[in-house]
Amino acid sequence: MTSANTLTVEALSVTLGGRTCLHDVSVDIRAGEVLAVIGPNGAGKSSLIHTVIGDHRLSAGQIGLAGRPLADYADRERACHIALLPQASALTFPFRVRDVVLLGRGPHASGARIDARIVEAACAATDVTHLMDRVYTQLSGGEKQRAQLARVLAQIWRAEDAGARLLLLDEPVAALDLGHQQQIMTRVRAFARDGVAVMIVLHDITLAARHADQMLALRDGAVIAQGTPAEVVTPAHLQQLFDIQARVIAHPASGTPVVLHA
Amino acid sequence: MSRGGLVLLLSAILPICLLMAVMLGAVALPASGVLGALTGLGTPDTRLALIVDYIRLPRALLTALVGALLAICGAAMQGLFRNPLADPSLIGVTAGASAGASLVIVFAGTLTGLAGLSLVSLGAFAGGTVAVMLVYRLATGPAGTSVATMLLAGIAIGAIAGSLTSLLEFYADNDMLRRISLWRMGGLDGANWPRVAVVAGVALVVFAVVPAQARALNALLLGESEARHLGVAVDAVKRRLVLIVAAGVGVSVAVAGAIAFVGLVVPHIVRLLIGPDHRWLLPASALAGAILLLVADTLARIVIAPTELPVGLLTALLGAPFFISLLRRRREYDL
Repeated sequence: MTSANTLTVEALSVTLGGRTCLHDVSVDIRAGEVLAVIGPNGAGKSSLIHTVIGDHRLSAGQIGLAGRPLADYADRERACHIALLPQASALTFPFRVRDVVLLGRGPHASGARIDARIVEAACAATDVTHLMDRVYTQLSGGEKQRAQLARVLAQIWRAEDAGARLLLLDEPVAALDLGHQQQIMTRVRAFARDGVAVMIVLHDITLAARHADQMLALRDGAVIAQGTPAEVVTPAHLQQLFDIQARVIAHPASGTPVVLHA
Repeated sequence: MSRGGLVLLLSAILPICLLMAVMLGAVALPASGVLGALTGLGTPDTRLALIVDYIRLPRALLTALVGALLAICGAAMQGLFRNPLADPSLIGVTAGASAGASLVIVFAGTLTGLAGLSLVSLGAFAGGTVAVMLVYRLATGPAGTSVATMLLAGIAIGAIAGSLTSLLEFYADNDMLRRISLWRMGGLDGANWPRVAVVAGVALVVFAVVPAQARALNALLLGESEARHLGVAVDAVKRRLVLIVAAGVGVSVAVAGAIAFVGLVVPHIVRLLIGPDHRWLLPASALAGAILLLVADTLARIVIAPTELPVGLLTALLGAPFFISLLRRRREYDL
């Protein structure tokens, strides 16, 4: 059970509006593991994340969550296991940040006391504690992103609410300053150590390589490379993915790959 | 203001407004006599008891129910469309009901009296229901119901119903024209116990079903896919709310005509006071809607007594300035 995969994606293909946006993608994520997905715009990274949470119909392959087919989960049950942070949010009503984060507790019946504690903890984790009583619509883009991240973390905060937990993050740090990028990635890592499987779409390949256990490189819906950061982040793969000339060096402290633009 | 505090305050004000609505009118009744007639205690005053039983009380109850229905349906629609400017007429109910009522007035105009009055109500209800069904069908495809399409379909169906109404007005004679235009202004002068019973029946269902969707509506404000990711059965919630709002607004329009602004403005006022959380917004809106319409209808009955103003005139007159001030401060309110 300990080594069981939280997420199993086998030979997945997805066709949306007549266009194949994922082709023969297979990937496993174990509890505690962080998988970073990289690739150019339109490569299918977001499609992969949205397929894993059940938004798109599969045209081939299968997705398993904790050893059970994803399709067997009811909406509410699935929501206890999987949380997704989308690229952008449409919330235009003047909720307080505290209420936005509390929405993440919706699928659970853990009681108001415990929920309030989880909301506090999730807000602290994404550094929005000082914003909790502010109105969401008046926050800056980065602050909104952190509030939404707190909501998503609150959704799968406790191991006792759901055995297998999967966190899907679609470009979570795109709107954040360098300090908060670091802080959020460190928090995501810590969250993973608590037994959560994480799939994260990132554009900053150096940042991805620094924090991920595994990487998946997509282009035009197909897998270009897959493996450890050192295996995936190579000049040849970067050429294939982005049509760029780049050099890759080892980070002086961590030894993880760092991309230098030519 | 705290959320529970507002609900308590409104719950305390509502009975006072009901009492005032029964006391005030072309003939002012003393509070002691009204309370006596309502409770059946004290010395019986037949004339007073008649006015209370047959005129004032059914009218006050009908007014409160219609106000509460319009406001709670407006709040639910604004949540469902994630648009604070949405109101129940957006899905075509009001336009359809106007067309239905006009059809009856023009083609069954000879049937006057009580029968004619209820025929107009039936026509309005049928028109409203048909319009909503069309809008809903247009917006529903294999991938579910698109709220954006529903909005546009509501505009389209509303336009068709509007031109049908105009066409009917073109062929109508002077008397019919006056009745159509009076109906459109809205009024609660047709109140009687059977109507109270019908509206109360629908209201009971609406007040039971809509607040139960409060958490789902909160999640829906994040976006439809976000709500689905939080475990909300989004399509079922949409279907339930559209049908229930169609019934609630349809029956209100049928008995009271097109009463403007209650469904739009009341949820706004409440949201300004206690925020957008539907668990509090929905019940508070229902209470505030009942209060606003009771005040407006009482004023409509006494300002130029014994003649009555159409209540829709007053709700718009009370509502529009508020709406304008809202537009002026939209930046801080973040519309």
